[in-house]
Amino acid sequence: MPDIDPAFLALPMRPLAEAALSRARELGAEHADFRLERIRSHDLSLRDAKLERSHDGEDVGFAVRVVHEGTWGFASAVDLTVDEAVRVAERAVAVAKISAPVNSERIELAEEPVYGDVTWVSAYEVNPFEVPDADKIALLADFSERLLAADGVDHADASLRSYCENKFYADTAGTMTTQQRIRLQAQLEATAVDAAQGQFETMRTCAPPVGRGWEFVTGKTWDWDAELAQMPEWLAQKMKAQSVKAGRYDLVIDPTNLWLTIHESIGHATELDRALGYEAAYAGTSFATFDKLNTLRYGSPQLNVVGDRTTPYGLATIGYDDEGVQTQSWDIVRDGTLVGYQTDRRMARMKGLGRSNGCAFADSPGHIPLQRMANVSVQPAPDGPSTADLIAGVEHGIYVVGDNSWSIDMQRYNFQFTAQRFFEIRAGKLVGQLRDVAYQATTTDFWGSLEQAGGPQTFHLGGAFNCGKAQPGQVAAVSHGAPATLFRGINILNTREEGGE
Amino acid sequence: MTGSIPPQETVERALALSKADGCVVIATERTEANLRWANNTLTTNGEMRSRQLAVISMVNGATGTAAAVLERSAVDPDDLETLVRAAEQAARDAGPADDAMPLVEPGTDHPGAAAWGEPAAETSIEIFDRFAGQLGEAFGRAGAADRLLFGFAEHVVESTYLGSSTGLRLRHDQPTGRLELNAKSPDFARSVWSGQGSHDFSDVDVLAADADLATRLRWEERRTDLAPGRYETILPPTAVADLMTYIYWSAIGRDADEGRTVFSKKGGGSRLGERLTEVPITLRSDPSAAGLAAAPFVHTTWAHPAFSLFDNGQPTQPVEWISGGVLNNLLKSRAWATQTDARPTMFVDNLLMESPDGAGSLEDLVARTERGLLLTCLWYIRTVDPQTMLLTGLTRDGVYLVENGEVTTAVNNFRFNESPVGMLSRIAEVGAPERTLPRELSDYFNRTSMPALRVSDFNMSTVSKGV
Repeated sequence: MPDIDPAFLALPMRPLAEAALSRARELGAEHADFRLERIRSHDLSLRDAKLERSHDGEDVGFAVRVVHEGTWGFASAVDLTVDEAVRVAERAVAVAKISAPVNSERIELAEEPVYGDVTWVSAYEVNPFEVPDADKIALLADFSERLLAADGVDHADASLRSYCENKFYADTAGTMTTQQRIRLQAQLEATAVDAAQGQFETMRTCAPPVGRGWEFVTGKTWDWDAELAQMPEWLAQKMKAQSVKAGRYDLVIDPTNLWLTIHESIGHATELDRALGYEAAYAGTSFATFDKLNTLRYGSPQLNVVGDRTTPYGLATIGYDDEGVQTQSWDIVRDGTLVGYQTDRRMARMKGLGRSNGCAFADSPGHIPLQRMANVSVQPAPDGPSTADLIAGVEHGIYVVGDNSWSIDMQRYNFQFTAQRFFEIRAGKLVGQLRDVAYQATTTDFWGSLEQAGGPQTFHLGGAFNCGKAQPGQVAAVSHGAPATLFRGINILNTREEGGE
Repeated sequence: MTGSIPPQETVERALALSKADGCVVIATERTEANLRWANNTLTTNGEMRSRQLAVISMVNGATGTAAAVLERSAVDPDDLETLVRAAEQAARDAGPADDAMPLVEPGTDHPGAAAWGEPAAETSIEIFDRFAGQLGEAFGRAGAADRLLFGFAEHVVESTYLGSSTGLRLRHDQPTGRLELNAKSPDFARSVWSGQGSHDFSDVDVLAADADLATRLRWEERRTDLAPGRYETILPPTAVADLMTYIYWSAIGRDADEGRTVFSKKGGGSRLGERLTEVPITLRSDPSAAGLAAAPFVHTTWAHPAFSLFDNGQPTQPVEWISGGVLNNLLKSRAWATQTDARPTMFVDNLLMESPDGAGSLEDLVARTERGLLLTCLWYIRTVDPQTMLLTGLTRDGVYLVENGEVTTAVNNFRFNESPVGMLSRIAEVGAPERTLPRELSDYFNRTSMPALRVSDFNMSTVSKGV
């Protein structure tokens, strides 16, 4: 396990925590927690192999959250002094007092063991913040040049985003955690322009964002050479592909696309705060309401979904959440039936669920922790088929690869997705790409049409850095795994016809 | 900590330490307060204070000028030199920038120069003293009438200090506030929404907003299922704001010139000068628009085709993106403008739409509609096809059937597939502009003034069971 960055450990978190928690106790808070974070970010982007952006960011600060006479109070600041920690504790109590008249639910938290002073670091080999910028830019320029050298590629856009997230947490019960996570995303996109026809198309890498270090870009976990070599041909095929005929099709969906459908239609729909209405005015609620727990038929009996904050290299993976809860893995859908939600300590207590399953997360030192998504993944079928076997079982259908556009409604019923590539399947074989394709369905119909999940050999962990929720808005990174999966009779739209052409 | 010295002093010290060929330093002081509620009770709240210091170094090389940004919260004065040197090293690693230009020079009466010496403006949780009392009363009224309230109130004040090695010393205070209020029936089967942008919350009346939502919630008591299809549709100002903001954010000159957007012309070049609609609408931005005032100069730490680091400090100007229905301007950095022999056009943090013959409120448009749909707002809007700017998204919190000038029934929600550019040619009627909050994009874009629009053949593609 790599060590926690000594520069973070040198920050005065312990004296500040002690001062803030003691002041909150003196002022009558029945619970208080202190969180000091440092989030480092590094963004590089290249346009046609020339550097467009070099941005190195660091966000340091701390927050005090209290429960005072049954009401939340929260305050945060950036000056790391004991006086400021005391002031922020006082402001958190002041916020609780001004909010008390509009609070009618007494805040209580689910019990959690006290862990003492513990440390956790994510699994990575090379910290991207220790790699010289010049090396990163040279590698992105090389990747870009490979694309630009190919026939039919007019533009190449490249980006690399790296994060190092350090969290220190202490609460009045006595838990004290110090943690470090690394995550990284590299992306290349090729664009073809036919100026005479006024047409353009793009093709983007399917390499996922990962809870890994710089070794992901230079090593063999992802075959960058093969993907970059194939992209120009895929793009050329897409430029001249036939427009799809709208109608019902059988789909084999690759996990590079299905992860996002899982995120939107299962991940968000099984967040208990949404089901209870706490996101109702913004992100929305959920069709999977609490009264349907253990009865809702979410999908076919082949559908099994797990929530997990311990998945190796997962973006939502961590040792302890932002309420001092040790992270876990649990079933969300078993044999097609809804059996679990994602929770935090307040909701777990309110609904009598026992311990929280550890989904509290704040995206910055200045934001309040909320229930955020675990790595929610569809499980492969043990001894299940390969992708080629799934395609072989389709008479006329589409093989869907790579995520692209996405949209779903506020109760997570109606969704519509596009992809990087839609390959037509005829008599069990791929016969070229189709264009202007979107697949659209209602969540339970879609998962109900799942006929066969592929085997473990088809499993892939996708994910995103930019999952948005809450007001003020917070972003979270999360991974979703899936096997290649066969769905029968899904509604396909022609997007040109949708646009009135 | 920089807290011990004023932001102006931090900027001066960082500039004095710079050994680069050019340097821009931007210090931002931010305070915010918020309340969030659901089911007629508070859920979260907060008072936050933060600070950012960005050092942007420009380094000349044999083949051009490079730039890089280092941005930090809470910088100790003793660490300033380390930060400045790191920014210089990052610029040396970066290689020449495509958008390199000489840094902006101070001009006579340069916007933002006069207030340099003033301390940072601030907000606090006390801005909600009156509002929180009203909200408690609204919870009482709603509870008594079997109505649940959800929502969010936020007030943010950001003071930005920009200094450059060319002698710019500019400062801007930006207050940004909003209220979003959502009312539901206890079974969540009926749902309605309203939103409002505000500078200081003095103009926010949550009891009036609640009364309006109570009326709309009653409209929802009669409900009819309606099939997908192309409908004449009345878009309220909030929905127009979301769609027009998509147009604005995609109006990037370089991308259009390179053939990569809806504003690229068949045969090459951009569609500048092309008529997009026979309706004489104007879509414009103006940093001094009344009630929607935005920064009078460029300040950016995030390089992008529409925001060049080298343009920091450049005065922003009133600009018409669409004039009388004709595409008239695209966002152009000074560098791209120079390379394409055009006028630079800076991003302004507001957007206004109007038509010389636009008149009447949403209610007036309803009264003049024979048969059509009236929307509340749009949600989860995403680009499906950038070539046509085809967007998909949902109607949310109330769709109503209008017959013979009156709302006759609520109907189900739809997923739409529409291009806001294509839609401009199908505008049947334009209302009077009013300040509005774009529901989908208000986290990022708060200051808009839009009319309601009546549009023919709006593509309601599929039915959504969501409410």
